[in-house]
Amino acid sequence: MRPRALVLQAPGTNRDHDVAYALEVAGADAHIASMLDLADDMTGLRTAQLVVVAGGFSHADALGAGRVFALGVEHGIGDQLRELVAAGRPVIGICNGFQTLVRAGLLPGALGHNASGRFQCEWVTLDPRPAACVWTRDVEPIDCPIAHGEGRYVHPDVEALEQAGQAALRYRRNPNGSAGDIAGVCDPTGVVLGLMPHPENHVIARQHPHHTRGGGGGLGLQLFRNGVDHARNV
Amino acid sequence: MTSLDPDPRNADLLAAAHLLGLAGVAAIEVADVYFVDADLDDDARQRLTAVLVDPLLQQGTWGAPVDDPTTTVIETALLPGVTDSVATAVVEAAATLRLGVHQAATGRRYVVRTVSGTPLDDDTRRRIATRLLSNAVIERVSIGPIEPLFAHASTPAPAEVVPVRGLDDTGLAELNRARGMALDPAELRAIATWFDKVGRDPTDVELETLAQTWSEHCAHKTFRARVILPDGTERRSLLSQLRDATERIDAPFVRSAFVGNAGIVSFTPGTTVAVKAETHNHPSAIEPFGGANTGVGGVIRDVMGAAHHPIACTDVLCFGPSDLAHDQVPPGVIHPQLVRDGVVAGVADYGNKIGLPTVAGAVLYDPGFTANPLVFCGCVGVGLDVPPLTGPHPDDLVVVLGGRTGRDGLRGATFSSATMDATTGDVAGASVQIGDPITEKLLIDLLRDAGGCWSAITDCGAGGLSSAVGEMAEGTGAEVDLALAPLKYPGLAPWEIWLSEAQERMVVAVPPDRLSELQRHARRHGVEATVLGRFTGDAVLRVRHGGDLVLELDTAFLHDGRPGRALPAELPAPRRDGAIPRCDDPTAALLDLLAHPNIASKEAIIRRYDHEIRGTTVVRPLVGVGGDAPADGVVLAEPRQRTGLAIGHGVNPWYGVADPARMAAAVVDEALRNVVAVGADPDHVALMDNFSWGDPRRPSTFGELVVAVDAICAASIAHAAPFVSGKDSLNNEYLGADGERHGVPPTLVITAVAHVPDADAVVTPDLKRAGDVLVLIGATAPEFGGSHLGAVLGGFDDPRSGTVPDVDPQAPARYRALHRALGTGRVRACHDVSEGGLAVAVTEMAIGGRLGVRVDTLPHDDVVVALFAESTGRFVCEIEPGDVEWLAEALDEPVHVLGMVTDEPVVHLGPCRVAVADAARAFGAGSEGAR
Repeated sequence: MRPRALVLQAPGTNRDHDVAYALEVAGADAHIASMLDLADDMTGLRTAQLVVVAGGFSHADALGAGRVFALGVEHGIGDQLRELVAAGRPVIGICNGFQTLVRAGLLPGALGHNASGRFQCEWVTLDPRPAACVWTRDVEPIDCPIAHGEGRYVHPDVEALEQAGQAALRYRRNPNGSAGDIAGVCDPTGVVLGLMPHPENHVIARQHPHHTRGGGGGLGLQLFRNGVDHARNV
Repeated sequence: MTSLDPDPRNADLLAAAHLLGLAGVAAIEVADVYFVDADLDDDARQRLTAVLVDPLLQQGTWGAPVDDPTTTVIETALLPGVTDSVATAVVEAAATLRLGVHQAATGRRYVVRTVSGTPLDDDTRRRIATRLLSNAVIERVSIGPIEPLFAHASTPAPAEVVPVRGLDDTGLAELNRARGMALDPAELRAIATWFDKVGRDPTDVELETLAQTWSEHCAHKTFRARVILPDGTERRSLLSQLRDATERIDAPFVRSAFVGNAGIVSFTPGTTVAVKAETHNHPSAIEPFGGANTGVGGVIRDVMGAAHHPIACTDVLCFGPSDLAHDQVPPGVIHPQLVRDGVVAGVADYGNKIGLPTVAGAVLYDPGFTANPLVFCGCVGVGLDVPPLTGPHPDDLVVVLGGRTGRDGLRGATFSSATMDATTGDVAGASVQIGDPITEKLLIDLLRDAGGCWSAITDCGAGGLSSAVGEMAEGTGAEVDLALAPLKYPGLAPWEIWLSEAQERMVVAVPPDRLSELQRHARRHGVEATVLGRFTGDAVLRVRHGGDLVLELDTAFLHDGRPGRALPAELPAPRRDGAIPRCDDPTAALLDLLAHPNIASKEAIIRRYDHEIRGTTVVRPLVGVGGDAPADGVVLAEPRQRTGLAIGHGVNPWYGVADPARMAAAVVDEALRNVVAVGADPDHVALMDNFSWGDPRRPSTFGELVVAVDAICAASIAHAAPFVSGKDSLNNEYLGADGERHGVPPTLVITAVAHVPDADAVVTPDLKRAGDVLVLIGATAPEFGGSHLGAVLGGFDDPRSGTVPDVDPQAPARYRALHRALGTGRVRACHDVSEGGLAVAVTEMAIGGRLGVRVDTLPHDDVVVALFAESTGRFVCEIEPGDVEWLAEALDEPVHVLGMVTDEPVVHLGPCRVAVADAARAFGAGSEGAR
């Protein structure tokens, strides 16, 4: 059975198709739904077994990354999303989706401008940390690109986050000044993961920059496989 | 509102202040300012604050903070009517919170501290306010708190009648100047004669429409002009020659060439590829961010207007030297480094936000671009190989999709066709705008889902509705009512609505029975779709504003009434003297070349563009172990597909200065080498030409254009690589306050888009394995005209010395054979040889693999020629030692064995010896910060 995955987008979301492809390869049926679609009909969200808040520049990141999207989430679908999480269905926010989930209060911390002050597009290696997160369970280190200007993770108590097992993914080489090298965090239940890098852009080996040199590191696909497997079992 | 952590903009601003010679500035601190037109109680303020201010990142106050008397406060705000997506978001967010915010605006507050601890003196204050912190084209500036300006309703001025009948040439010339129409005397006379014939004077709407339609930008008068050679004989136009060349090649994959919004080819059964490249030079000169931003948006819309789905963007940028002393910058000109930073930010902003990878390009620096930077934006799209649209048909509706119309970008087409001077930035303010990539993203999604709802489509580019509807109505006729157009704010005069270049709009011709389906899709995507009128069938263009008829022109006159031009050409006499530049220390020369801004790493720019989105990027602009060595072409391939597309560029203005004909042939060759080197099939290449040139009314400048077009036609035929699209930007000149005209170096950008049969078998230039052999393919000759060693680094006293590299008649056969050889997988690395010659090419390969090389046998007796000549048609390949004979046989010509790849990380190149780490450092591999 292929679980039904919903890819949530707002005006300016632009990696919705990339992540839908990754979900398809990972074994899910992916459906892209906009906030406008859900305003008309919430069925797609209610029946979703897995939810992705996709990356991009929702509402042009005006007022700060993800803020207007988060406001829409809070005021439009917040209750339904929280019900889904309470039911143990996996939710992932990638890049702008991470920023949105943080602003909407589903994940801790904040995301500020990169230390460089610039948008950065480069490949990074992510090391999984001991965490009770359904998305990162047993994954090998992942290679995938970042593409963001506001990805510096800020949290007042990184140590507490580590100890709670919520600092799920760490940059091997910190690209943006994130506290504790944190690339991704999960909520206390381990069902919701947010991360700045784009595992959906490393689904097949040919996407890795070293593919002409005989191959690269771990696929981002691992995360989606975990999420889809978990969705199947909830 | 300020950042809790140091705001990175502060450091950038301080560096820029010092660049402008404002050494007394110690710090500039920026705060973002939001103005809201609303009645808010404390609770409402708190709720709005919670949206605007993230307490982990920012702090904010209501009202202006108290000024520190030792500082100077300067505030800026966008001019009313300039696109302000942040202000729009404030209103939207407030609506979600059910707070009554009527309007919003944004601004910035800068607190300037001086080394002396006292406020700035008047002169410094004025310079910092106008040259660093604001751009009069889009912003207002105030010393101390600025007052917000909200757009208020005003009564539109009606169309006015402009007397032209009875005006003599002097009177017409005066009218031309007063209205900024940039038309020539014969064209003005044709307009007066036509209105004389119909027995009335034109309205301002009609005059503006004619000026736009007949502008160089829209009509390509120079490329359509007959050519008068020095002996008095006439030749057909340059455009005819390009078309003839493409017809002669008769490539089976060409679907559409030199018509419509973009060139269209089909490399794989059932699918097509649309390609287009545009320039946005003048807007980028006066407002670098907005100019480049809307340049990207415009070329993406061109591909959408060709009924294709955009998949990637490219950019080739030419700037003045970044380290130019501030007192060397001509009056009215923005410092080249600030131009570059603004342009790069503008390209990044649009491409990143719309969600297209910005993958290929080049960045060039030369003093010739200081006053007139060049911004070439390209876009590639995909579609289905179906018959072209047949409309518009009579009774189809004229529907505008997308953004609203405002007073932005007025007269852009005529502005771009005129020479700039020191006041250009002041008078052309309305010609530049800021883009809104999110609206265009929604349009892309709408067009993808609603295909089939229209019989014709085009984009609103230069000339706005006038151009879009005017072109669609050619031969058919149309009738529209401007009062129906959705406006950003009321009060626009009819000609302003008609000519506005407000961005992110498309025009479609919709059969009446498809309208409701289109509107349903539009609603779902949050896009406005508005019926403005209908196509008629009587070949007359009629424009009303409510009850007033403001334009009535035969489309035949509008499109074919312009008198043709004939331009005299004086042909250039290049030296081709075979001179070899001075070079006493080849090792030092190699390091200088690697560090030269034209050759050095562009990583600081490339990484600001998202080149990963869509997951299709298979060969990136940066490659190798560290992802910090230059690639030749880039390759895109859908994850589900075996085949891909390669994109490569050729551009060399230094060759252009010395020898425009050889330059043109050489840059075609370079673009082809770049795509062949990564694995593209040279028998499936489509080319685009983009010329940025000086004033073609000067016979010597036109002559340079004539020989360049001859050369690219010959090169195109030799390689059977057809041109399918092109664009020329002429009048790239600047009239300085010194009274001198400053033209750009003749700059031709060739873009090659090519079929990659197997995206799993692509090749990159980074060295792969110690013990492999390096071979050179192609012949090396003493060709140093316009070379980096000679013309750029000063090896020649006169940049016109030397012989610009010729093209090799063997090249077409060599590229085909090399393509077959690459397809076997036995060539581990391949790099084309271009600027800086063999020495730079081999060193770049070494940097890519972080491996050394030992090159003992040079390909020419003269060391300087061997290492640094820029002869075309050459590649360096890495193969296994046992494969040398195989490669020579595969290529059916001798290959020159250069030497070995080594574990020792040192580049030994004849007399040069450079550690790979030192080479990487000189090149700027892995560098941080803009170079």
